[in-house]
Amino acid sequence: MDASLIPLLPGAQVLLTALVVMLLDLFIDEHERGLLAWISLLGLALCGAEAILLWGSSEGTFGDTLLLDNFALFFTQIFIAVAALTVLSSMRYVRETGIHEGEFYSLILFATTGMIVMAAANDLMVFFLGLETMSVAVYVLTGMWRSSARSSEAAMKYFLMGAFATGFLLYGIALIYGATGSTNLNQISAYLLEPQGQWPPYLFVGGLLLLVGFGFKVGAVPFHFWIPDVYEGAPTPVTGFMAVAVKAAAFAAWARILMHELSPLDSDWALPLRVLAIATMTIGNLLAISQPSVKRMLAYSSIAHAGYLLIGIVAGEEWGSTSLLFYLATYAPATFGAFAVITLLTEQDKPKEDYGHFAGLGFKRPFVAMAMSLFMLSLAGFPPLAGFTGKFHIFRSAIIAGHTDLAIIGVLNSLLSVIYYLRVIVMMYMNEGGVKGKSFIESPYLYTAVGLAAAATIYLGVLPMRTLEWSRSAFSSLF
Amino acid sequence: MEHNVLTYMIFIPLAGAVVVLLLPSQSYHLIRWVSAAVTVPPLLMASWLYANFDTTTVGFQFVQKAAWIPAYNIQYFVGVDGVSISMVLLTALLSFLCIFASFGIDKAVKGYFALFLLLDAGMMGVFCALDFFLFYIFWEVMLLPMYFLIGIWGGPRREYAAIKFFLYTLFGSVLMLLAILALYFNTNPHTFDMTVMMAQAKNYSTQSLPFWPFNELRWGFQHVVWMAMFIGFAIKIPAFPFHTWLPDAHVEAPTAISVILAGVLLKMGTYGILRINYPMLPVATADMAYWLLGALGAWNIIYGALCAMAQTDLKKLVAYSSVSHMGYVMLGMASFTTQGINGAVLQMFNHGTITAMLFLLVGVIYDRAHHRNIEGFGGLAAVMPVYTGITALAFFASMGLPGLSGFISEVLVLLGVWQKYPGLAILGATGVILTAGYLLWTVQRVYLGPTNEKYKTIPEIDGREIFTLVPLGAIVILVGVYPSVVLDLLRTSLDNLNQIIIPHLPS
Repeated sequence: MDASLIPLLPGAQVLLTALVVMLLDLFIDEHERGLLAWISLLGLALCGAEAILLWGSSEGTFGDTLLLDNFALFFTQIFIAVAALTVLSSMRYVRETGIHEGEFYSLILFATTGMIVMAAANDLMVFFLGLETMSVAVYVLTGMWRSSARSSEAAMKYFLMGAFATGFLLYGIALIYGATGSTNLNQISAYLLEPQGQWPPYLFVGGLLLLVGFGFKVGAVPFHFWIPDVYEGAPTPVTGFMAVAVKAAAFAAWARILMHELSPLDSDWALPLRVLAIATMTIGNLLAISQPSVKRMLAYSSIAHAGYLLIGIVAGEEWGSTSLLFYLATYAPATFGAFAVITLLTEQDKPKEDYGHFAGLGFKRPFVAMAMSLFMLSLAGFPPLAGFTGKFHIFRSAIIAGHTDLAIIGVLNSLLSVIYYLRVIVMMYMNEGGVKGKSFIESPYLYTAVGLAAAATIYLGVLPMRTLEWSRSAFSSLF
Repeated sequence: MEHNVLTYMIFIPLAGAVVVLLLPSQSYHLIRWVSAAVTVPPLLMASWLYANFDTTTVGFQFVQKAAWIPAYNIQYFVGVDGVSISMVLLTALLSFLCIFASFGIDKAVKGYFALFLLLDAGMMGVFCALDFFLFYIFWEVMLLPMYFLIGIWGGPRREYAAIKFFLYTLFGSVLMLLAILALYFNTNPHTFDMTVMMAQAKNYSTQSLPFWPFNELRWGFQHVVWMAMFIGFAIKIPAFPFHTWLPDAHVEAPTAISVILAGVLLKMGTYGILRINYPMLPVATADMAYWLLGALGAWNIIYGALCAMAQTDLKKLVAYSSVSHMGYVMLGMASFTTQGINGAVLQMFNHGTITAMLFLLVGVIYDRAHHRNIEGFGGLAAVMPVYTGITALAFFASMGLPGLSGFISEVLVLLGVWQKYPGLAILGATGVILTAGYLLWTVQRVYLGPTNEKYKTIPEIDGREIFTLVPLGAIVILVGVYPSVVLDLLRTSLDNLNQIIIPHLPS
């Protein structure tokens, strides 16, 4: 066994921070707990710096079960950025809602650790380990708002559904192990590349179960039923965290396992994936239209975006995967920002998340409303914002790979999505009433989070070159 | 010739929008005057462009090119030729005047002027962009402020009008995006450079596609792309049956926005067809022009005029008259004769100035009477003689009275069309009569006859309003008397466009 511990560094850094926060929580006074957020941010910043310094390395450890390459680092950056934004936007929120701070921040960090492991996992068992670390932490985060019945319900639902999905994944892993004799992705890939007569049929069953498990995790139709309830019930910053980071982590693992190492099986799941992508986009968008609550609408919109991301997986190859990574980077700030704005509307412990609560926001809080408009337009795919460049690359990769029909369906779907994204803007600018002035969570940190997300939305839309380059080198590090 | 004057023209308004956003929101005067100041440099630059434009060369002038997203061959590439320069002039002029026409806005002033300047930047960008990706981005950037300007500062049904406008246009731009991607993937090497696409026009397949309905229609790749682009542009023109957003948007929009909408945005439809469909898809253009540009244009003229005649709302009447007048542009474009196509682009310019006047004039009366019901006035000439005089000028220009600009372009269009399709020319000429009908009837009902008691003391048009109208009136007369001031700019480029299409015309 080789002894290099460097590949563990980013994950270990976050884990360490989590432990520090958790322990410190026991010893410091109630009014000093705000410090914990800063410690978390510091840890995340250090981890981000490490990820930048390690960029370009390609090193495996523990018998190649964990692989630190640009792919893992790219996702690590996304997770860290989202986790940091989550911490920033919850600083005031957790006080208002009476959520215990120390546990909240350390759970966010534990979940982030799990995600980092997922993105770096080169072994199905290690991947599973990361997945569980993340999932268990997020189950708890969902239910942390203990005085809210919805929150508890969401946690229960999420836990049951998640456990169910985990069963599928584990069973799939077992079958693949049975067929190939290994859980290591390199060895599985080597086995599949060997010329031989026939693969055992349960290999395909294993692959399909894996697919179902991933479908649950990213919320692809028809495995999406838990998403709206869980997203709605969870504390809003956690919802943002889930909608972006958890989804990105699932896609990271999906991309590494299914697109690269198991790519010899591509032709076998091309059809189910296509169906999944089309159904996810279309049904997500159609259901989002009829939602009365913005938070719920965003939950369905995140389903629809999973559908666009699936197009990237279907397209595969260099372009598909690059655009998948890039799309995740463009989707992140807009979705997170939107949830942050909903966080902002919370009044003490009463959530204000219906369309009606946005009425007149454009005149009461012009900059918040402007940021929200940016997020909505970016999600709808409006140039020159991030969402447009992301969609553009996804659809372009679909056409290159010969899936012109998917690109057309995708474009029509984004047209459909304009209906509900625009409704938020209509409410903010063209209606009167809504939330009274004093009922906003006035926290400079929350405003900072919103501002950063808005800046990223514009930056990725106007100057996408650097991030695209990163996505490409992240993808090519898989080979 | 490398030059960055166009870049300044696009980005000065954008920078101005940011500056306006940073001003204190209560200092209305400051915001108004800063916005007005921001639109001056583009206007001066446009005049400079006009003076320095070489009317003898075919190619693009004042071009500037820089790599933007090199991985996909996306460039920042701007330049003007004869087709676009007249539109750039029009945009710079109308933006400047409309800032003054917006001085009466008193709701969320800062937001209004910032969005207006953003809109200005988008419009300039559309007319200057020579990279398809850039073109699309400006096209969409322009859509948003328009949506807000109608939706926030509009009349009672503003939400409905704004959303209708937005969804129609967005539907068109999505089709356009697909067509852009299709062209991109059929250009070697893949690029969004419009000039390369024009040079490769013969490579875009015209082979009939093997499946229904394209095999019946004998449509090839080029025809399908043409159709997608055309629908996108037809919505903007707006051509029947995609015109229904226009009356709603115009009626609800504030005056200055109506002016921009009719004066500049509608031109983007026909401009796009000339810039993209003609040189890039010449075979399809030749095949489709008679029905989808010529016949549809003639139908637009008559249908728009008949609708205008039936209106009781003065603004809606002017809106439908736009539908009718844009028909002349389509008709002239379809003729592929020198007169026809020059007349068409001149009509774009003239319609821009004349309709701008009409909407400004409607705005003047609306600000005073707070309604626009044609039957609700009467005898205004006695109370507001100056106003009535200017209105008469605009109305006569609109109906094509000799000596005013509308006459020149309509006659050129009809002359050109007559050589090719006499039937359509007759229909077009009928439109002239209908136009005279509804405009004269309106003059009679609103300005002549006994003065309505309610408006005996209505104040005369004021200095600011006259200031916005006089430049336009002067241009209307100047172009009417000496059309070469505009036609000289257009001729070389348009003849070149004709030469591209003519070999492909079905004999």
